[in-house]
Amino acid sequence: MLLRIVILVAAFFCCFPVFAASGLKNVELRDLYFGEVLYYAYQDMHFEALSRLDIELKQYYKIDEPNLDPLFLNLGQAEFSVGDIELQYRMDKRAGKAIQAVLGSGVDLATRNQAALVLARMFYRKNDAASTIYALDLIHDEVDLTKYRGKSVEELRGEEPENFKTDVAYLRALANIDTGQFTRAVEILRSLRNEKSLQGYVLYNLGIAMLQAQQEAEGLSVLGELGRLETTENDLLALKDKANLRLAYRLLDSGNAELAQTYFQRVRLDGVYSNLALLGAGWAAVALNRYDRALVSWSILHAREKSDHSVQEALMAVPYAYGKLQAYGKAANMYNQAMDAFAHEIFRLDASIKSIREGKFLKALLDEQSKLDQNWVVNLRELPDSPETRYILDLLASNDFQTSYKNYKDLDALEKHLDKGLADLMIFEELIDIRRAYQEPLLPEVEAKFKKIDARAKLRLEQRTSLTKKIQNMLIVPRPEYLATADERMASDRIAALEQYMADHPGKVNDDLANRIKRLRGVLLWRVHSEYNQRLTDAYNHQVALDDMIEAFKIRYYSFIRTRQAATQSYEGYQAPIRKLRTGLFAAQRKLKGVMARQGRLLETMAINELDIRRKRLEDYQIKARFALAESYDRAIKAELEKQIEDQNRLSKENLKRPESEKETQKQQELTPPPEDGVTGSDSSIPDKFPDS
Amino acid sequence: MLKQYLTKNLFIAVMIALSALPFSPKAAEVTKEQIKGLDEQVQDIKRDVLELTTELSLLEEKLLFPSNTQVSLFVSLEGDKKFVLDAMQIKIDDKVVAKHLYTFKELEALRLGGVQRIYTGNINTGDHLMTASFIGRSASGNQFRGSADFAVIKAVGPKFVEIKIIGGNSPDQTISFQDW
Repeated sequence: MLLRIVILVAAFFCCFPVFAASGLKNVELRDLYFGEVLYYAYQDMHFEALSRLDIELKQYYKIDEPNLDPLFLNLGQAEFSVGDIELQYRMDKRAGKAIQAVLGSGVDLATRNQAALVLARMFYRKNDAASTIYALDLIHDEVDLTKYRGKSVEELRGEEPENFKTDVAYLRALANIDTGQFTRAVEILRSLRNEKSLQGYVLYNLGIAMLQAQQEAEGLSVLGELGRLETTENDLLALKDKANLRLAYRLLDSGNAELAQTYFQRVRLDGVYSNLALLGAGWAAVALNRYDRALVSWSILHAREKSDHSVQEALMAVPYAYGKLQAYGKAANMYNQAMDAFAHEIFRLDASIKSIREGKFLKALLDEQSKLDQNWVVNLRELPDSPETRYILDLLASNDFQTSYKNYKDLDALEKHLDKGLADLMIFEELIDIRRAYQEPLLPEVEAKFKKIDARAKLRLEQRTSLTKKIQNMLIVPRPEYLATADERMASDRIAALEQYMADHPGKVNDDLANRIKRLRGVLLWRVHSEYNQRLTDAYNHQVALDDMIEAFKIRYYSFIRTRQAATQSYEGYQAPIRKLRTGLFAAQRKLKGVMARQGRLLETMAINELDIRRKRLEDYQIKARFALAESYDRAIKAELEKQIEDQNRLSKENLKRPESEKETQKQQELTPPPEDGVTGSDSSIPDKFPDS
Repeated sequence: MLKQYLTKNLFIAVMIALSALPFSPKAAEVTKEQIKGLDEQVQDIKRDVLELTTELSLLEEKLLFPSNTQVSLFVSLEGDKKFVLDAMQIKIDDKVVAKHLYTFKELEALRLGGVQRIYTGNINTGDHLMTASFIGRSASGNQFRGSADFAVIKAVGPKFVEIKIIGGNSPDQTISFQDW
């Protein structure tokens, strides 16, 4: 409930719907890692999303052929997302640069226009309305065909998100209001009146713009229309209340109290603006001299939570009304109650200020539960010794506090990242040491074995190359002897030896033997030549089979090479980067601690200042209540005396008229205590409470 | 004498009254420039920490998941927006390597088109059997399960597999795989 109030109070000042994270919806995914970036971005885990996106883009920009990387197809969106997510992570400085880079790059028109809208929203958030309009002027409808060649019009145009034009027009109208161009704002807002997504917000801003543009009657009519809007949505109901309240106070200021009451009555009694409405309704009744009617509204308010400013005003207003109704005793009692209430609230404020000074506020702001709990504001108050958050609701909802608070929480999260980073580095070093201790003794032995295997492998590969060449040559020039078997070669050698012997000793060998040798040579040649084709085919098939085996061998070989390299790389070359990272992490940690301390002090100061203002206001009320109490008491006494005098006078007159016997009875009665019959029943308690007076 | 007595007592009374007042000196003023200045310093720190985290993540990947053994598994949702994914479990070679229970925000992120990296680890080159299982609920609240196998062929480079849970209506949700 309280959180809702904080949000709604924030809406009171801003009055525009919360924009969804733009540019990241309906992405046609081509890269898994970019999908992971979106996964974190959609969960509002901006740091995680940005760190992953940075890694992806860093790796992408390093590769030689980026067009082969899947991110190439999502590059425009990825570069746009950098600015978009940075903006959501409140890194405005970097986001602005990233978005302007997208505006200058060759992305499609829809992405360019979206980037311009995001930039405009960034300027608007920084209360820079002129720059907002400048950024919105960068949005175009037409594609610049001369700039990018080789792409179709559809490609250059891109896909415009739903409601894009409405968002642009609405933001332009808001910026126009901020720059004082009310007539222009009225024109735009009139064109958006039927937009369902902006229902209520358009009417409210249109009404305000019309009032500012001196179109009083129309403005009031538009606000009146919003005040009668039929809706069940909480945000719109609050906006409706706000419109009624604004109208009512405007009417009250212009002296039309009767009509103002009608609008005050339209504000819901359980809404966020109900206290202001009840207070206003009371003052409207006072303006009509109807103190009894004022008491109806103020009495409801009087019973509510005392830390609310309107309720505190009602604590003074109720006795004021009783005083005006001449119920001085009742008024005095209620002023007395008000003083007690103010004293109690001042005590709570002092305790809150003390707890802030003791650092409990910052501790409570960083409470882990608050991240998960929607009602973190309530829990903040319920934590031991934490300050009373009811007094700083407006502050909590303010833009300055929210910025500082989010920064403080971000710094806390960053500190944890840095701590984790430093712890990770220690683990990495330990891991590297373990790897080194295991790998270093093994590697020389493995290396020696590998060298032997490598030498054999190289020899075999050379042989295979030689064989392949021979087979290729045999296809052109047949060489049957190359395909002779080992037995045939041996037989051929022996026959050749015999032939040599015959040649050297012609007379020693008879003809039969010579013929046998010739026949053997013939048989051998016949076999080798007749089987040549088959043998060549078999040799080719064996070579193919060998190639398969060599391929398998090469895979294992290169796998081993990589494993050996990975084994060395698993512990070598990390020392310098780890040292550099550690230095960077320590430096960032030091810087962060300093800024975090300053940010914390700023938050504490803001809270203390706010509580101090409330405290001073209560002190003023106390002084006023004290004077009013004295005055009421005087008036009560005076009224009592006047009544007594009047009674005496009346009795005297009656005595003059009555006989002597009745006068005796009257004297007897005067000796007994008087009945409780003053101005009001409660007046009798006044002397007990103020005996000195 | 009486005047002196009254003056002295008045002074004491004032001192007592002042000491009874709560000590609440006003804190220093907070200016817009202060808030803006600090905001810019916070932005600088964010940039520094992001850069350091990028370096650290790259180092971590190089150290723990070398490309020759790296395998990364991703989960995505397609189709029925009302399907509620409760849990996923991934096995590689019959060994559970990842389990995940989904929060509301995670499920929403998946529905919007985000992709969750559910596992990054190391496996040898060669063939591996991956089994992906899920538990989910239909719009009517009926719970159902699904499971599918996929042959992961790990080569020299890093391996990426997308596990898609697809289907028109909730009870028909099936798992499909895409090798990236």
